[in-house]
Amino acid sequence: MMTYLIRRIAIIIPTLFFVSIIIFGLQQLLPGDPALALAGEERDPQVIQFLRHKYHLDEPLPVRYALWAGGVLRGDLGESIRINKPVLDLVLEKLPVTAELAFMALLISLTIGITAGVVSAVKNGTFIDYGANIFALWGLSTPNFWLGFLLIILFSVKLGWLPASGFVPPSENLAQNLATLVMPAFVLGNASAAVLTRHTRSAMLQVLSADYVRTARAKGLDERVVVLKHGLRNALIPVVTLGALEFGTLLSGAVLTEQVFTIPGFGKLIVDAVFNRDYAVVQGVVLCTATAYIVLNLLADIAYFLVNPRLRA
Amino acid sequence: MTAILDTEANLAELPDDQPWRRALRRLVGRRGAMVGLAVVLFFVLVAVFADHVAPYAATATDWSAVRKAPSAAHWFGTDEIGRDVLSRVIFGARASLMAGVISVLISLSFGVPIGLLSGYVGGFLDGLLMRIIDAMLACPFLILAIALAAFLGPNLTNAMIAIGISAMPAFVRLTRAQTLATKVEDYVEAAKAVGNSHLRIVLRHILPNILAPIMVQATLAIAAAIIAEAALSFLGLGQQPPAPSWGSMLNTAKNFLDRAPWMAWFPGLAIFMVVLSFNLLGDGLRDALDPKHK
Amino acid sequence: MGRLKIALAAGLLLAASCAVASAESVLRIGLNEDPDILDPTLARTFVGRIVFMALCDKLFDITPDLKIVPQLATGYKWEDDNKSLVITIRDGVLFQDGEPMNAAAVKYSIERHLTFPGTTRKGEINAVTAVTVVDDHTVKLSLTQPFSPLLAALSDRAGMIVSPKAAEAGGDKFGNNPVCAGPYKFVELVPQDRIVVEKFDKYWNKDKIKIDRVVYQPIPDTSVRLANLRSGSLDMIERVPPTDVPTVKSDGKLNLMEIGSIAYLGITINTNNGPQSKNPLGQDERVRQALSLSIDRNALSQVVFNGEAVPGNQFEPPDNFYYNKDLPVPARDVDKAKALLKGAGVEHPSFTLMVPNSTVEQQVAQVIQSMAAEAGFDIKLQATEFASALQLSTKGEMQAFQIGWSGRVDPDGNIYNFVTCNAPLNDGHYCNPEVDKELKGAREVDDPAERLKHYKRATEIMLKELPIIYLYHQKLIYALDKKVAGFVPYPDGLIRLQGMAVQ
Repeated sequence: MMTYLIRRIAIIIPTLFFVSIIIFGLQQLLPGDPALALAGEERDPQVIQFLRHKYHLDEPLPVRYALWAGGVLRGDLGESIRINKPVLDLVLEKLPVTAELAFMALLISLTIGITAGVVSAVKNGTFIDYGANIFALWGLSTPNFWLGFLLIILFSVKLGWLPASGFVPPSENLAQNLATLVMPAFVLGNASAAVLTRHTRSAMLQVLSADYVRTARAKGLDERVVVLKHGLRNALIPVVTLGALEFGTLLSGAVLTEQVFTIPGFGKLIVDAVFNRDYAVVQGVVLCTATAYIVLNLLADIAYFLVNPRLRA
Repeated sequence: MTAILDTEANLAELPDDQPWRRALRRLVGRRGAMVGLAVVLFFVLVAVFADHVAPYAATATDWSAVRKAPSAAHWFGTDEIGRDVLSRVIFGARASLMAGVISVLISLSFGVPIGLLSGYVGGFLDGLLMRIIDAMLACPFLILAIALAAFLGPNLTNAMIAIGISAMPAFVRLTRAQTLATKVEDYVEAAKAVGNSHLRIVLRHILPNILAPIMVQATLAIAAAIIAEAALSFLGLGQQPPAPSWGSMLNTAKNFLDRAPWMAWFPGLAIFMVVLSFNLLGDGLRDALDPKHK
Repeated sequence: MGRLKIALAAGLLLAASCAVASAESVLRIGLNEDPDILDPTLARTFVGRIVFMALCDKLFDITPDLKIVPQLATGYKWEDDNKSLVITIRDGVLFQDGEPMNAAAVKYSIERHLTFPGTTRKGEINAVTAVTVVDDHTVKLSLTQPFSPLLAALSDRAGMIVSPKAAEAGGDKFGNNPVCAGPYKFVELVPQDRIVVEKFDKYWNKDKIKIDRVVYQPIPDTSVRLANLRSGSLDMIERVPPTDVPTVKSDGKLNLMEIGSIAYLGITINTNNGPQSKNPLGQDERVRQALSLSIDRNALSQVVFNGEAVPGNQFEPPDNFYYNKDLPVPARDVDKAKALLKGAGVEHPSFTLMVPNSTVEQQVAQVIQSMAAEAGFDIKLQATEFASALQLSTKGEMQAFQIGWSGRVDPDGNIYNFVTCNAPLNDGHYCNPEVDKELKGAREVDDPAERLKHYKRATEIMLKELPIIYLYHQKLIYALDKKVAGFVPYPDGLIRLQGMAVQ
């Protein structure tokens, strides 16, 4: 067990190294000159020179990687050329926002996913099964931005129930905070709901035909008890660990949703930075989300290991 | 995207006798999958025969008929510069279906060989490849796709390449897992004992037996790729105007939702139907190929 | 003990209700992009200037018809053959940190704009070599040679006066907490979320300020921005796309306001920058003239902008003083275009037009493509992401680039850096010493009529050689909630808060 753990943790290091290479490489590959792109529309040659020099844009690639990586190891993720702010500050500011959005999305997707999965498994083969399936698949079958925009038109413009965009921190006003996140969390969580439905359904089907369930039924227990107490609890094991993984993906998958709903989180930050060639921002933020994803994966693996008695033996 | 592509969970091993016929029978029995297949085939036919089916050219503008509601002359109405929406939806089927299928083909062509290699050879090469694949999986899919698409240039072909490469890691993982499981099977050991070359073993004994789960994932991935192209269009990186794709049509249409909602309903419906169908088909395939399910 | 608790609760309730009862008037403005650094010396974006209208007053300002009027200054005088500008400074003005604004502060600010590392203002006031404090309320700017656009420059960021104390303390992080002499003081900036400013109660012109708090929210998606306004989350939005005008007009809660802007969109042609210029379009002015004549600018405005764009053919809009009225916007003339092409010996010229990948720009390009086709042009459209396009353009790796300019108050700012030899924005590397002579001459005289003569001669040449084919000048469209009063649109696109109120 310990050796497994140590090995898993040790693997993180080369993985993160490759993440840094991939994201650094991608940014530098992007056509266009960051200094030119960020110097402003007057394209003052002196400003361009200054930016090139200040951000080491005139140095060869390996030198720039070394400078950046060295900084990262010291906790300095570089600076946003566009707004002169340290990337670390931006990350710390926006992490809670995206995390809250991802968390709410996860709750929504777990609710929809598990419910639809259970219903689907219990009523396997019937129209309810197909119905639940389609309901869950709906989120996967519509482009994010489109669903989001429709929701905005319906709930904000036509009904006026929810704010169309923007974000209010929970510390300022919890009710408004939830109001700004409901629609984006729904849009984001919808897609994951389908995945969770599938898994819940398969896991439930497997479990429901398992011996101990048959025993419970034979003992004469009420069907609902059988399903919920014996079936669901065991089916939840793989589902919950998957949920933890989903959280990591949601964290990074919020890119478009934040763009549509103007939520000032990671996703919006990265997309804008790619188009502005504010490469330090992209590199720093992606490194953070990748780390979060990898750590969550690790925790999920450990949890699965601990929770699944069969593997432990 | 990576979340949508399951990796190892719930994919059973295949018995190696008459699996296809039984699976096919099961597949036909599942109504959802059949409906999905029918819809997909319908759209594929529409896309292939677009020139004959569409009443107008996709880019024919008629400035006197800007944003007209659906009528006899224009069944789906016209868009913001007077083009027939029905024709654009039909031609857009080509772009969107290609975006789906070709992206996944690219993912498969890179992903499956790398997965086979990694799983079969094992050792240091496997470790190295998996670290790189893990790293790619840790980066947000859409960011990889955006960066690649921006690097290559904004057009449909580059979007397909970008999506294909960004989605590849999941296929590598899947193929590798299946290869690892199959590698230790009796018939593979037997083939090795008999003295078959590694290449022959991989191609003749391993690959055919792991194709089923890969096909399932590929079907689901096509659905996700079509959505991904729409997402890239939203950011200005997919199919460029005037050529139609459902994603870019939706993106333009959302500015006119008030006055010309038909510009949005039809491409939106088309995407929904096609993507849903691929999802149903993929789910059906998975159920059919997994003997533990009914 | 129980009574104490009740008293405490009552007290808290009272305090809370007092806080709520003092109704603050708030104006929430939806912006088209995220502003950048809020330091006038380092700022680089147009949208940042909108926020500066609240934070930082300038030496001069403009009227809606582009006349220069004093703001932090009270008057000016040219001396020494127009090589010195003496400015009198307003008395009794305080910075938002309480420090007094005086000649020393003006000297500090202008020198900061000239010398601070990374300053983006230097190019605008390069002609200034020295700033001298004459007395506590008078400064003298010394120039190497006369430079009439200087006043206009001082009516923008280069004329924004910052508190020397705060600027010294802030250094290059001054933008995180700017302190100027404008009507509102900085409260907070959350990147990509909002910028909040609050009324400065010691503002020198405070009678004109009736709104207590302004919140700027960048919402790049135009449909979402409009949805916010319609649902009541915003009070005002800028840069409404022309296609949304009918929606705004039909909404009873909203008002629409618009004004012609000084911005333009045009096609820059590579006439001299590397191998890509060696094609009929780049080499022969007759081909370029034919292209310009094959475009129906009125129809373009109608189709793409519902008529909300003013057709143009020069670097100033037709209603501007410096527009050359002898050379009006040509009507479409396909026959003449074909004749020109025949004369040039190339009846079907082909070239690639590089277009930024935004929906509107794409539409414009498509319309031009189909119009020019009727005269024989075969135009290939190349959609390019903006940052890449910029670099391709400066390196000369394009044949034609559809690009615009946000516009400057002084005509010099709209033409000098675009067509003079080796200028930074002259991507086509156009170079004609005659044009240079006229444009330089226009900078050195003060009298508008004299300047107009220079610009007229320059436009005569440029409209023949066509380094840039101008297409139109966009209209600036604002949508406001009916409860917002007193807004006056300006051609520079900035939102001035003086006189505005929220009922």
